[in-house]
Amino acid sequence: MKAVANYNFAYLDEQTKRMIRRAILKAVAIPGYQVPFSSREMPMPYGWGTGGVQVTASIIGPDDVLKVIDQGADDTTNAVSIRAFFAKVARVATTTHTAEATIIQTRHRIPERKLEAGQILVYQVPIPEPLRFLEPRETETRKMHALEEYGLMHVKLYEDIARHGRIATTYAYPVKVEGRYVMDPSPTPKFDNPKMHRSEALQLFGAGREHRIYAVPPHTDVVSLDFEDHPFEIQHFEEPCALCGAEGVYLDEVILDDRGGHMYVCSDTDHCEERRDAGFVGVLGMQEAAE
Amino acid sequence: MSDEPLLKVKNLTKYYGARLGCADVNFELYPGEVLAIVGESGSGKTTLLSTLSANLEPTSGEALYRMRDESWRNIYELSEAERRFLTRTDWGFVHQNPADGLRMTVSAGANVGERLMAVGDRHYGRIRDTALDWLGRVEIAADRIDDQPRSFSGGMRQRLQIARNLVTGPRLVFMDEPTGGLDVSVQARLLDLLRQLVGELGLSAIVVTHDLAVARLLSHRMMVMKGGHVIEAGLTDRVLDDPREPYTQLLVSSILQV
Repeated sequence: MKAVANYNFAYLDEQTKRMIRRAILKAVAIPGYQVPFSSREMPMPYGWGTGGVQVTASIIGPDDVLKVIDQGADDTTNAVSIRAFFAKVARVATTTHTAEATIIQTRHRIPERKLEAGQILVYQVPIPEPLRFLEPRETETRKMHALEEYGLMHVKLYEDIARHGRIATTYAYPVKVEGRYVMDPSPTPKFDNPKMHRSEALQLFGAGREHRIYAVPPHTDVVSLDFEDHPFEIQHFEEPCALCGAEGVYLDEVILDDRGGHMYVCSDTDHCEERRDAGFVGVLGMQEAAE
Repeated sequence: MSDEPLLKVKNLTKYYGARLGCADVNFELYPGEVLAIVGESGSGKTTLLSTLSANLEPTSGEALYRMRDESWRNIYELSEAERRFLTRTDWGFVHQNPADGLRMTVSAGANVGERLMAVGDRHYGRIRDTALDWLGRVEIAADRIDDQPRSFSGGMRQRLQIARNLVTGPRLVFMDEPTGGLDVSVQARLLDLLRQLVGELGLSAIVVTHDLAVARLLSHRMMVMKGGHVIEAGLTDRVLDDPREPYTQLLVSSILQV
């Protein structure tokens, strides 16, 4: 017989997938609560999405269509390799189009296009504990979650205002889920926080190194923490996307030369491409077409 | 002072395994009263304080506390949530080492404001005004509000710790050697401040100290402990001026005179 590598469907063995699905079900039942699970070694280093990959591997079926983004982009290393990984071990269809995907694994962005019922967004989470940097003891933070003692979270925001005159936290901005658990939305920019609120899609969070899974079921309240006199607000950009002219989307700054030249482009590459295909053009989009 | 006590302690005993921490402690504490617990190292005074402040479970006995709604509750039978709420609203705990009671990596203002935020205050301006007011009351300059306690002197840290504890208007404050580790002139200033605050706010306090001068200045009543037992208790002036027990006599006579 020829020696071939025998992978189970979607890499993980069935018992592991059952274990992770049980954790996911529990997480969905208690929105925002961090469920411990027995994280497996994955063929990639920690910090590259081992938690997200395990969640995706446990929920993916042969009919699913997978999209993977890294900082909003479909074509960066992390996104390309995870997409290739599932194309190989699960032989699923992959896509870069948000609308076509049934599962979207993401590192630090939520797509600009509104997610719909039936879609699942899987987040890769480096540090699931929002209280970690204020209270390093895990025994204590668990107790604080259990007793709903979240005053400390506001101490962090207070410090921000005292130092910078405004809440300067721009990513991993803490949220309260369904009026109960305070949750770290993974290092997504706070621009994306409002998209989590009552989203039609199921949102799953996997932290591989930290062995935690948590979830926000569809139509769940997700409220960003703030002060009455310093309300939560998202980032605003002064210029539109240089390629597609989009406004009200999250933009990346791209340095063009060593003389201060820069441009702003959509962080969500699929959104930008779709707009350009539809005929929208930004300031620098014309040049690109001309070249 | 009111006629009804705030705290009633009955037969409180704490063993660490077979080893005795403190035994059969009985006393009542009235609103506005300061009780000093004195004794040498290892006499069980810190064990008693930790047990009273619900940081340790007693082996036997009870401590009844009159809650703000006037109901009497045994503090060891409160649920953990109730107990933690009580300790950060109606109680205060001043540690000997301010680093144990402060968050050293957040600003002075946030240290004072933490308890307010913990009980649900969500207005930055109000929290900051209250913090400023309290810094003023403990004689810390207003322009230090955004500095971390790391940059404070020992005396300032201790005063900040006091402000942090008093901001929610507690009725009972526990102090473990509040002036320990400070030089004499800073001690004097701190004692002065504590006495003034206790008087102004009508606080009850339980102060553990080995320094009889601190007990003399701050407390109305005192308990002398030895080997885990309370051997003498009474009005501070009476105990210090007319000690009855041989051990208390020894303690009083060993104060250095300059």
